[in-house]
Amino acid sequence: MIPSRTPRNPTLLPQAALAPPALRSRQATGLAVAAAQGRFMLQVCDDCGHTCYPPREACNSCLGANLHWRDVPPGGTVSAQTTVRISMDPYFRPRTPWRIGTVRLDCGPDAVVHLHPTLAPGDRTRLALKLDKAGQGVIFALPPSDTPDMQTAPALRETTCDPRGRRVLVTDGRTPFGQELARSLIAAGANVFLGLAAPWHPFPGQEALPGTPVTLDLTDSRSTEICAAAIAGRVDIIVNTAGDFRPGHAGLDDARLAMETTYLAAARLTKYFLPALQARGGDGPYAACAWVNVLSIAGLVPDPAYPSASAAHAAALAQIQALRPSLRPLKLITAFVGPLDDQWHQALPPPKVSPAQLASAVITALRNGQEDIAVGDLARHTLALWHDNAAITLRR
Amino acid sequence: MSSLAAFAADLATGKIKVVDLTHTLSPDFPTIVLPPEFGQCAPFRSEVISRYDENGPGWFWSNITVGEHTGTHFDAPIHWVTGKDLPNNTTDTIPPADFVAPACVIDCSADAANNGDFILTVAVLEAWEAKNGRIPKGNWIFFRTDWSKRKGAAYANVLADGAHTPGPDAAAVQWMIDRGCIGFGVETIGTDAGQAHTFTPMYPAHTLMHGAGRYGLQCMCNLDQLPATGAIIVAAPLKIEGGSGSPLRVLALIPA
Repeated sequence: MIPSRTPRNPTLLPQAALAPPALRSRQATGLAVAAAQGRFMLQVCDDCGHTCYPPREACNSCLGANLHWRDVPPGGTVSAQTTVRISMDPYFRPRTPWRIGTVRLDCGPDAVVHLHPTLAPGDRTRLALKLDKAGQGVIFALPPSDTPDMQTAPALRETTCDPRGRRVLVTDGRTPFGQELARSLIAAGANVFLGLAAPWHPFPGQEALPGTPVTLDLTDSRSTEICAAAIAGRVDIIVNTAGDFRPGHAGLDDARLAMETTYLAAARLTKYFLPALQARGGDGPYAACAWVNVLSIAGLVPDPAYPSASAAHAAALAQIQALRPSLRPLKLITAFVGPLDDQWHQALPPPKVSPAQLASAVITALRNGQEDIAVGDLARHTLALWHDNAAITLRR
Repeated sequence: MSSLAAFAADLATGKIKVVDLTHTLSPDFPTIVLPPEFGQCAPFRSEVISRYDENGPGWFWSNITVGEHTGTHFDAPIHWVTGKDLPNNTTDTIPPADFVAPACVIDCSADAANNGDFILTVAVLEAWEAKNGRIPKGNWIFFRTDWSKRKGAAYANVLADGAHTPGPDAAAVQWMIDRGCIGFGVETIGTDAGQAHTFTPMYPAHTLMHGAGRYGLQCMCNLDQLPATGAIIVAAPLKIEGGSGSPLRVLALIPA
């Protein structure tokens, strides 16, 4: 079990927001790509079918250069275990004892892994690629199926962002999506601040808002600054649901509005909230850990039906990607959505993304520590096409 | 001594008082919100350029964004389609003499206090004239409701069927135009009533006033400090090229 949340000792410095060693080969980035998507992928040789690990330039069975990242079976058997009690690495030093082991993967290779505390040599295990605090993909050996307290293992908690016991800011409580996210996060054990812009203007659902309402207008720097001054030191996770998801609207004033509510809104969060989260990014089991942005898949693959939103979400996405290295150890989670099931999309038939669907997907991504998710059939399909061949998606 | 010299002396000795009829231009001041399918008026926003920091060590300044109809603001005749072809109908072409004019203040604050649907009618205007005399040509007509003393949601007073704020009916607007008023000024977000989309014609204050080349002043405050007659109003919008209106500082000169 992890200790319950207690106030920190104000006479001590917080635990520094450090990251484990980040130096890896160029090929090893493939592990991070798979981990971000919650997939278990290793290099497979197209010539001889051998599965390779660790990542390399050439097949260690046939020396062929046709290695490609493929989804491989995640099962394995624990061969050996040990516990590291003393480390020279500044990140691991305060986190020992740290359990590691070797696992023989069903797909062939042996791997050194982070070992869940419930596992012992001879046990069957399910392997998962996780993003560590440096943003690198590492293999974690988990129990064969989820157990109720699985997430509380301290080492696993370092690579995930379980909302239980954490304080979460949902930025836009004016929409059913923000409201449902707040409700679901509370059900998942989080304390929620719910941002509300222009509280003088009525909106659906305002009579029964979940969480603690805070005045926050991300199109207004002063409002963002005042809100951050009040709560940024307490927030562990930000879920940004603000943004312009409307179809059409190619006019210049709409283009400006889309940029304000999507790109510049994220820029204001970056300026006023993120430094406070990053500073608490290593501070114990309830460290600040994630910034989630709900973005239109049109930001990745421009959609003629969404001219303004395509550009605004592309700008937000580019900004988030550019910030990722400098905001470690925080996880920057992008939840891509297709058309939302809202009044702006009345003319579109399903499938459309519902508030409950979005909330469930975001909470799953937090628990798994995934950084790249697609919510709903359309976004999933588009993202898969993009992974397959980004250039083709731009010409379709 | 010219009257201006006497005026200067009265200002200096406090015989004439200056009343500010302007709300502070701030990001959270309610702005008109049209139904979502229409384009929207930008609320006031301010981004710091530098504040004695690395972007300007010795000076503080900001860039602001604002709609032409944000905060306490002036409506030019071109704002409405009925006034689009009139001469001198924009903020830069309106004769500057029109920016200084006397005002008659119709006090309806008691009636409007608990009635967001209070309507300014000809009967109300005629009752005011019976007490205060005929409204002279070239005056602003200000509609005092004390609505400016409300804050936030109570000020905007938006319900499921739209805003409920006081305003004039069409006959009252035509009556004021016939009196030769220079324009119509209010404390609420619009010169028209919140429910004026249900009136005939729709939005009579905008439709008729601007069609007749008259002006509007909106989101004013401190009308309760003005006499029924005798105040001089200084209300000069920014000289925006082709502008339909502008935020501005509205000042009233009154006898102390």
